Amino acid sequence: MSNKQKLVVIGNGMVGQYFLAGLVNQSIRDAFEIITFCEEPRPAYDRVHLSAFFSGKTAEELSMVSADFFEQHAITLHLNDKAAHIDRENKTVTSAKGIHVQYDKLILATGSYPFVPPVPGHDRRNCLVYRTIEDLEAMAAAAKTSKVGVVVGGGLLGLEAAKALVDLGLETHVVEFAPRLMAVQLDEAGGAMLRRKIEDLGVIVHTGKNTSIITDGEQCVHKMCFADGEELETDVVLFSAGIRPRDDIARGCDLAVGPRGGIVIDNSCKTSDPDIYAIGECALWNGMIFGLVAPGYAMARTVIADLAGNVASFTGADMSTKLKLMGVDVASIGDAHAKTPGAMVYTYQNGASEVYKRLVVSQDKKYLLGAVLVGDASGYGTLLQYYLNSIELPENPDALILPARSDESVGLGADALPMAAQICSCYDVTKGAICQAIEAGCTTFGGLKAETKAATGCGGCAALLKSVMNSELSKQGFVVNTDICEHFAYTRQDLYNLIMVEHIKTFDELLEKHGKGRGCEICKPAVGSILASQWNAYILSNEHLGLQDTNDTFLANMQKDGTYSVVPRIAGGEISPDMLIAIGQVGKKYKLYTKITGGQRVDLFGARVDQLPLIWKELIDAGFESGHAYGKSLRTVKSCVGSTWCRYGVDDSVGLAIELENRYKGLRSPHKIKFAVSGCTRECAEAQSKDVGIIATESGWNLYVCGNGGMKPRHADLFATGLDKETLIKTIDRFLSFYVRTADRLQRTSVWMENMEGGLDYLKSVVINDKLGLCEQLDQQMQNVIDTYQCEWKTTIADEAKLKRFRHFINSDQPDDQVVFVEERGQLRPADEEERKHFKLVEMV
Amino acid sequence: MTQWQKVCSVDDLQPNSGICVLIADQQVAIFYMPKEGAIYAINNYDPFGKANVLSRGLCGDINGQPVVASPLYKQHFNLQSGVCLEDETVSVRVYPIRIDNGSVQVSLVELVS
Repeated sequence: MSNKQKLVVIGNGMVGQYFLAGLVNQSIRDAFEIITFCEEPRPAYDRVHLSAFFSGKTAEELSMVSADFFEQHAITLHLNDKAAHIDRENKTVTSAKGIHVQYDKLILATGSYPFVPPVPGHDRRNCLVYRTIEDLEAMAAAAKTSKVGVVVGGGLLGLEAAKALVDLGLETHVVEFAPRLMAVQLDEAGGAMLRRKIEDLGVIVHTGKNTSIITDGEQCVHKMCFADGEELETDVVLFSAGIRPRDDIARGCDLAVGPRGGIVIDNSCKTSDPDIYAIGECALWNGMIFGLVAPGYAMARTVIADLAGNVASFTGADMSTKLKLMGVDVASIGDAHAKTPGAMVYTYQNGASEVYKRLVVSQDKKYLLGAVLVGDASGYGTLLQYYLNSIELPENPDALILPARSDESVGLGADALPMAAQICSCYDVTKGAICQAIEAGCTTFGGLKAETKAATGCGGCAALLKSVMNSELSKQGFVVNTDICEHFAYTRQDLYNLIMVEHIKTFDELLEKHGKGRGCEICKPAVGSILASQWNAYILSNEHLGLQDTNDTFLANMQKDGTYSVVPRIAGGEISPDMLIAIGQVGKKYKLYTKITGGQRVDLFGARVDQLPLIWKELIDAGFESGHAYGKSLRTVKSCVGSTWCRYGVDDSVGLAIELENRYKGLRSPHKIKFAVSGCTRECAEAQSKDVGIIATESGWNLYVCGNGGMKPRHADLFATGLDKETLIKTIDRFLSFYVRTADRLQRTSVWMENMEGGLDYLKSVVINDKLGLCEQLDQQMQNVIDTYQCEWKTTIADEAKLKRFRHFINSDQPDDQVVFVEERGQLRPADEEERKHFKLVEMV
Repeated sequence: MTQWQKVCSVDDLQPNSGICVLIADQQVAIFYMPKEGAIYAINNYDPFGKANVLSRGLCGDINGQPVVASPLYKQHFNLQSGVCLEDETVSVRVYPIRIDNGSVQVSLVELVS
């Protein structure tokens, strides 16, 4: 018989899981046998970022629990089973499936449910809510047969839900009972600005609307009738009109609940039964339900401390929030409505750039009471610190919301914060804890995040964390090592400048003058790339060959079995039937596995190194040239078919894409570069996910920069609008040249720009306004690359000496006997280890 | 006495890079650094990537040890001992090698042992 106490946690949502994850790290964990019930079919997932499900995140990616968490920590998880009844007298919990467990301590983390207004017709088909992954799946299913969707509720969650409907491709309406959007957090002008921005994104907003009935529609499935007599037809109705605490299990065992629901808790989060705690959105503290995740986390920490016998109390939580709603930054701090007696208000409104900011300060103008930010929430971190720590405001508080004048900085430096200042509210990390971690030797941003967990929740405090880190590091006399590797005590940007200024043409020359040792796989390719960007010599010449990365050395992409893939350039994705046949014939002759790429070209896999020159000879004879798929260089300029064929096309996107691809092909850069051109705002070429994206509008080309797909997708930022072609090309020339000169190795444009002090605005000032007086040089640099372009494969094929390298053995014509293929779906693929045992190499050609 | 076998000539080598030769059914990667007068031979098989590719890796030095980085997953192998820097329990075979009068020679005795 175990002498451990039984701890039962009802609910495995974000707060329930946070509690478990916190508890297993504590020494008191060993005093408990832990059992948890989860009503949903999967353990805790990130409900805060639920709409990401529709922009491509899977349920697995949203999960907050590693696959082996429960096993690793010996926690019994009853998945897909709802705790139904508590017997307080016998201290047992019974589940819907009939599981019966004893408890010594019980934690209720049952969360909340979406409130559905009891209007007649609320239970019609495709009238849904937005809370669980199952709800999302129901939405996605409903959207398949729908054209129009309505969200009832214009609060924070409602606007998130509206984004989901937009992502599902529906004409989206938001119906709000209050006279403005986000009525709790925003004042009237802030709400109006948010409305304008959201309407710009194509969402139709109806405020002051009270739904009286939902009935049969004429054009759509439903018709919503409002109290003012107006009507709105829709196929899907999504209720997001607030949440209600799930307290039914507490009511069933006579725990105290509030008059409007919620399980009553005291400062130690105990319910009216001292062995039962409640945390998160089901708990009612001081008459308040907290509908945000951070206060729930604070309650969980309180319970862990209480179980450990420490004095801990939950004393309420700050409800300030910052979020991105459909790409619009919105933040609200403290007393946003200026309800404090004597409060003074400053507002700043910029209609042109759609920014609204409001400061609420105390009567003596010394302290910040609240704030509203719409369109630009970059000041949130600073303002929140003023508010939370009662830091005395500067003499003119309005400086905090006015656009920065060039020579003064109004941001609150990290030094001004007290040690107790909370930097990360998700994980309650103070400045003191961060400083401690730095003193203990944690000196990188990534390391600090891993060590303290700061900035790993919502990520809103990342910028502040970085500034605390930098300021502490410099105070403690740390020199942050930015050397590229042990062979050069320089950054990539330093090396670029040295090579440019001293006219250095080879790696050996650079190593002799500025480095030591022989070099390595970090500095060699980086220098090889810089030399190519600056002087653009043939990369396989004897002095450059040893510098090239795996793929560059054989001008092809190495695959897992040591064979290569071949990608000819298909500029803009435009290809004639004859050229397509030519590729097909080469693929067929050499038995290559053939696949269409995401960049609108054709990838041919399974070429042995000795076959590469033969394949390229045929491709070049057919009129192809290198696609540079192997290089850190321009890859593709994707395009939609544009105005030439498309009914909606505004301009010739294919023509521009081909011109741009031919202009920048062969440009070596710190990382790969992708472009796309869309012929209208329907954006079929997905230009906003590229390093350089161009969209045709009636008034000219709009240029977007610094987007990417991949592991951490990022939407590109609008850089310039209404450009003619000449200006567009000039702007891209300069943007790319500046990137090539100043980025770190393997740094995509997005990270490069985000790490730049001043970010997008600074980049604009350099590229568009020539703030640094560099533009003439940048133009020349690009012109040189364009003038010296060569198809590397054409050069290689013509050079007998170079071709000697293209064989597996220097002393034999035998191919590599490890390369073995099997057939699948009518094509070849590499054999796996098991298959290798049973197959011998089949002579290919 | 060491038995040497000629595998190729110095002109076949790629300065500051690698090539691969076939001897007695074994694939041997040879790296040549003319400035240091150094030449190394290791087995061509990458035990992590499970493919014959090491001769196509980038070579250089880490903390003074001559190394090649696997072109597949970038593990480093010491060119003198064959030991992997990231995981010392893994190593590739090394072979005695020399340049004699412009001919590159690998030891056969070691190969058959």
